[in-house]
Amino acid sequence: MSEATFAETLAAHGLALLKAKADCLQVNVGSLCNLSCGHCHLEARPGRTEVMDRATMDEVLALARRAPFASVDVTGGAPELNPDIAHLLLGLGPCAPRRIFRTNLLALEGRDDLLGLLADGGWGIGASLPAVNAAQVEGVRGAGVFQRSLEMLRVLNARGYGQGPGQGGRLELHLVSNPGGAFLPPAQGPATRAFRQALGRQGIAFDSLFVFANVPLGRFRSWLERSGNLEAYLGLLRQRFNPEVVCGLMCRSICSVGWDGRVYDCDFNQAAGLPCLTAEGETLHVRDGHGPEQGAAILVGEHCFACTAGSGFT
Amino acid sequence: MDYYNPLDLAKFGDIGKNAPEAANKFFAYYGEVFAEGALTEREKALIALAVAHAVHCPYCIDAYTNTCLEKGSNADEMTEAVHVAAAISGGATLVHGVQMRNILDKKTL
Ligand code: SF4
Repeated sequence: MSEATFAETLAAHGLALLKAKADCLQVNVGSLCNLSCGHCHLEARPGRTEVMDRATMDEVLALARRAPFASVDVTGGAPELNPDIAHLLLGLGPCAPRRIFRTNLLALEGRDDLLGLLADGGWGIGASLPAVNAAQVEGVRGAGVFQRSLEMLRVLNARGYGQGPGQGGRLELHLVSNPGGAFLPPAQGPATRAFRQALGRQGIAFDSLFVFANVPLGRFRSWLERSGNLEAYLGLLRQRFNPEVVCGLMCRSICSVGWDGRVYDCDFNQAAGLPCLTAEGETLHVRDGHGPEQGAAILVGEHCFACTAGSGFT
Repeated sequence: MDYYNPLDLAKFGDIGKNAPEAANKFFAYYGEVFAEGALTEREKALIALAVAHAVHCPYCIDAYTNTCLEKGSNADEMTEAVHVAAAISGGATLVHGVQMRNILDKKTL
């Protein structure tokens, strides 16, 4: 007997995944990256040519000005490598009260220009750091990456990032951690305590930590297949399905724009090639001038089980 | 038939088939023991991993290697835990040498 699909699992619990108000605009400026992390669902790496151009950025800016979002979130790949990133950041800055720029930390090395722009524009930083153990980080990201990541966190602290409220610290520094393999991450509370303790010993401060399960797509899925872990990992995700987290899944409130302007319900659906659909079943492009429609059905796939495992991850 | 089949781990609950009350009490106790208390879940999983090695239980080694990873442990901590098990197991063997000595001393000229 074949396993229930994600859609069937939702239905069996009397649930449907429908769009709420899209109040976060996420912009993926391309899959070009300086690293080739083992858990990347987008297979980002050096040499990728899918990079958002300035014309598409202008369409994103037009949408952001027309439909006010509570937050904007710029991601990649390594967004630092997009040649027009400053244009996008300067344009988006005034469009939303909360602004987050995602980085793998290493791509910010030597980018004082960009750091200045981010700090001056009040952009928060979402920095990925898989673990606080050198071997685990370097297993995912490559040799020598751990110490360089810590060094960049110190640079960000020195710029005022992650110093908390009350210390001139309007500059948020959030860390994002994914497990270094085919297992689920620890709960957010204990993981945060462990990160605070370990990074505190290194003199590094941050505002909060978000833990995410690895999504079985892209390079991570290829690794699961090659290493013989795919079946067991998918089984683990299914086994930990938690219906209570469905209502808070990020896809319900995100307008996720891909490098070519196509709109998705989340970054994972971008990787899975599942677009955001209108009520008429049409795909949506940022140049259409509006975000996803409230109440529209969200396309789902097997990868969605990664968001609903345990206490949920998005 | 394999004595140790990894898939059998999922059948652990079957142990209650002929003695449900005892099994239910055991599993309730087990759950209570591993909940966060004075020790964190992460610390308890590391202890369980060490004990699993000491009692040579492949099911428990499988289960607690995965649990340790899920609780945020890393290979350094887990390897040290196994060394603790080895040191105590080895020490327990060696300290019994005292018994041997006692008997040797008594029985030999
Ligand atoms: S991958 Fe997660 S966030 Fe994306 S559509 Fe599926 S459940 Fe929603």
